[in-house]
Amino acid sequence: MARTEKKKDVVIVGLGWTGSILGMELAQEGLEIVALERGHDQNTVPEFQYPNMIDELKYGVRLGLMQKPRNSTVTIRRSLDEAALPYRSLGSFLPGNGVGGAGTHWNGLNWRPMLSEYRLRSYVEERWGAGIIPEDMQIQDYPVTYDELEPFFDRFEHVAGISGTAGNIKGQIMEGGNPFESPRARAYPMPAMPTTYDGAKFGEVTKAMGYHPFPRPGGIASQAYVNEYGMQMGPCNHCGFCERYGCYNYSKSSPQTAILDALKRKPNFEYRTKSEVLRIEMAPDGKTATGVTYFDENTEEEVFQPADLVILAAYQLHNVHLMLLSGIGQPYDPVTGEGVTGRNYAYQMNGGYTMFFKDEVFNPFVGTGANGMSIDDFGIDNIDFGQEGFIGGSYISSGQSNGQPIRNMPLPSGTPAWGADWKKAVGDWYGHVMSIGSHGSHMSYRTNYLDLDPTYKDRHGRPLMRMTFNWKDNDIRMTQFMKSKIEPIAKALNPTVMQAGFKQAGAMYDVRPYQTTHNVGGSVMGADPKTSAVNRYLQAWDKHNIFVMGAGAFPQNTQYNPTGMVGGLAYWAAHAIRTDYLRNPRPLV
Amino acid sequence: MKTLLRVILALVVIGLIALVAFIYVPVQTTQPTTQLAADHKPAAGAGEYMMRASDCMACHTSEGGEPFAGGRAIESPMGTIWATNITPDKEDGIGNYTLDDFRAALYDGIRKDGAHLYPAMPYENYRKLNEEDVVALYDYFMNEVKPVSNKVEETKLSFPFNLRFGLRAWNWVALGDAGFKPVEGEDEQFNRGAYLVEGAAHCAACHSPRNLIMAQDGTDQTSEAFLSGGEIDGYTAPDLRGPRSAPQQWTVEQTAAYLATGRNAHSTATGEMMLVVRDSLQYLTDEDNMAIAAYVKKIGNGGQDQAAAEPAANQTAPAADQKAEVTETEKMLTDASPDMPLGPRLYLDNCGGCHFVNGKGAPEIFPELDNNSLVTASSSKGLLSVILHGAELPSTRNRPMKVRMQAYADRLNDEEVAALATFLRSAWHNNAPAVSAADVEAVRGNAH
Repeated sequence: MARTEKKKDVVIVGLGWTGSILGMELAQEGLEIVALERGHDQNTVPEFQYPNMIDELKYGVRLGLMQKPRNSTVTIRRSLDEAALPYRSLGSFLPGNGVGGAGTHWNGLNWRPMLSEYRLRSYVEERWGAGIIPEDMQIQDYPVTYDELEPFFDRFEHVAGISGTAGNIKGQIMEGGNPFESPRARAYPMPAMPTTYDGAKFGEVTKAMGYHPFPRPGGIASQAYVNEYGMQMGPCNHCGFCERYGCYNYSKSSPQTAILDALKRKPNFEYRTKSEVLRIEMAPDGKTATGVTYFDENTEEEVFQPADLVILAAYQLHNVHLMLLSGIGQPYDPVTGEGVTGRNYAYQMNGGYTMFFKDEVFNPFVGTGANGMSIDDFGIDNIDFGQEGFIGGSYISSGQSNGQPIRNMPLPSGTPAWGADWKKAVGDWYGHVMSIGSHGSHMSYRTNYLDLDPTYKDRHGRPLMRMTFNWKDNDIRMTQFMKSKIEPIAKALNPTVMQAGFKQAGAMYDVRPYQTTHNVGGSVMGADPKTSAVNRYLQAWDKHNIFVMGAGAFPQNTQYNPTGMVGGLAYWAAHAIRTDYLRNPRPLV
Repeated sequence: MKTLLRVILALVVIGLIALVAFIYVPVQTTQPTTQLAADHKPAAGAGEYMMRASDCMACHTSEGGEPFAGGRAIESPMGTIWATNITPDKEDGIGNYTLDDFRAALYDGIRKDGAHLYPAMPYENYRKLNEEDVVALYDYFMNEVKPVSNKVEETKLSFPFNLRFGLRAWNWVALGDAGFKPVEGEDEQFNRGAYLVEGAAHCAACHSPRNLIMAQDGTDQTSEAFLSGGEIDGYTAPDLRGPRSAPQQWTVEQTAAYLATGRNAHSTATGEMMLVVRDSLQYLTDEDNMAIAAYVKKIGNGGQDQAAAEPAANQTAPAADQKAEVTETEKMLTDASPDMPLGPRLYLDNCGGCHFVNGKGAPEIFPELDNNSLVTASSSKGLLSVILHGAELPSTRNRPMKVRMQAYADRLNDEEVAALATFLRSAWHNNAPAVSAADVEAVRGNAH
């Protein structure tokens, strides 16, 4: 080991949303903190500035803000008997890189899970009995209730700056909002964004069908905003460069707009970029961590950073990888069912209809990542699992996020991919398309999990993490159910041509097309140390000075985009650390 | 004839004696304006606070240098003035200064060795400081500042400005009475504001015009010209008192927010004013920034326009904005006809995303360009500098975000910037003269 840095009270691994939140909250306790970020530093200006950032080829296609597989990747297989191969070209999911992490390149969609999702197993068993749960499904309850989390969802939404229309304030249903949402203490910090024509059409037709459309809530500023840290957003101009891009306009909620400049003022906080944590080091008795070892790219050496408290705040996949490499929690074994780290990896089940209209114009260059109208009438609380034969649900939406021509040129199926007919089709259809999508839950299963790969190693000589994942019948039945509900809506809109894209029975996981960067589980939170890696405060069961943030805590995936829950849990854990753990460091459960 | 010669000779001799006396007889320095008790001790933090209010650090610290160790070059029309080392170092700093020496520097612009300071040191204003604050500052510099050995380059201006003794005559004309006299009949807030504005904060150093002898044209509100706008290093320091001036259009709270954070519902601080917020005003209490804002508002000389200006200050509410009249400029930008002139086209392509077609921007983050004193300033240097080199708000306690406007020097050539700036200066309600490509070229190579 070449270098040992001065000891800190806290080391934070990763400076994205959760690292920034924990940094800010713990800095207020006067602790000496260092955050280690493997990527580069980045700010709105100059890194995201106009027009450099709105380069679809560089960032949308060549994924300029994402991690490079040569530096960091996983291996993937679909079943226990396949040999996993490295994910050499990003496709299905896109982990970010650099300060701000995925919080810089997300779409901004922000939700709170539905009430049943916090206690899914109990809910299913109480309503339909354990018998309807498939044999290999490992769903479980969160060890924390919605009422406990509500103030922390609220906190995150007001820090992040979310625009939306409340549907349920303290039990009172509010006109124009989502009547099925979990009751919130107060309205969103900003009014909802105006919606585009496709969303408006979807809103009209679903309302006429008796559904309950509402504007999608998201971290896109509908007006100038100042949060509790004094951090600011400016109103969005609907340029449509949200997902895969950093916002040049201070309009998308991100660590850069919500936290970082306030955090950087704290004299007791520092961060180091190009510093990739390789493993967490343990005390001889194995009961606590002593700090982390990281690779300093600036000096090309390994560095030991001692600390009393270790916060894992990297992306879900990297947190779980570090846990497996460092011996935090027993690695999960799908054969015996024993072990916790890597258990219950889950994903997201989405589908959609695309509709082509000869005589409608949608101005696709206007949009935001969170644009559009949604219905939650087929949300997880609103489905009779016993009758429908699956466990899960989806929210359904329409709203264009962008009209970027390389990736967002949907054409009727059967159109040639090049040549004169392709050109003609582009002329006929660009700007005449809308879509309706379902964004659905994904359950956890015995054989969907994460462990260390026996063959492949990364550039630091560490085993890559191996993802074993495949689609399961339950979730495919769920998405097919959504197809049956969306089809009549699409038909009611009377398009010239329409086509469906939903997973069908027997579908195998394909890592090539982009699906979603909502990788969850693997460091699941729970009440039972036999089936969870962290307790209700995101504290590692077996090493009390390690806390693990992020969507790895989800016991299965909710039907929503995960950021709202990730942010809420981060504030929840930070509160427990501030008010309880620091006074008396110990296992909190 | 002989008599006449004798008289002339006598006059010459008297003149020479007077000249020698003028040059060599030590100047009488100003005495304390009040006698403090022998055991007077400044309150903890009072000296540092006055240092912030007086913005000493900004001039007396070089880029990346030790605080107060001097060495910063201050450009003047007469040549470069090098800010001195004011750390308590006995060799290079002011470690040997007595309280009387220190007061003489603040009040009379006299160094310990008797030489005159150039009025880049705003002793025209600092001489309004009361004795408590002089003592607090002295105590701070002697006891709280770290002595730094750093010999600063001697200021050498061109002839005749290198003859420092000439300032003795200048001081006779330029300097008023020492100390601050509250205005009778005005409340405590007004007088606190007046004390800060006229004294420590030395606002008039930039915001008042200079008279024939380059002195501040008025150092208090009894002078019409006081804070009516000046110039610093070629940049316009805007009028603060006229009916169209920002502090008269804004509410007192909005002005106070601007001083404390560099941003408010209408505008953001750039250039020199950004530095004043960064280094000085953000450290003042909210009460003091409110006092400054209230005082400046009260001394507006808008006459009857004053009342008419009031409603404008409330137009920040979004609802009011939406109902606001639609200007010709807004119509043109909204129609976005392809045959629009170059200026508005460049505005839509580069500026409209934040500042919008109505030129109103968004509170605290994207400044209004309609009726913006930087946009319409008589010198276009400030506007051109922001377009070419961008701007950054300072991180302040209440608004920590370093909001940046990006630079456009790489994206727009001189003709384009000139067309854009000319458009901005005549868009919406603005009515300022055009800008030429030559103006742009002069600012392009000179990041401010």
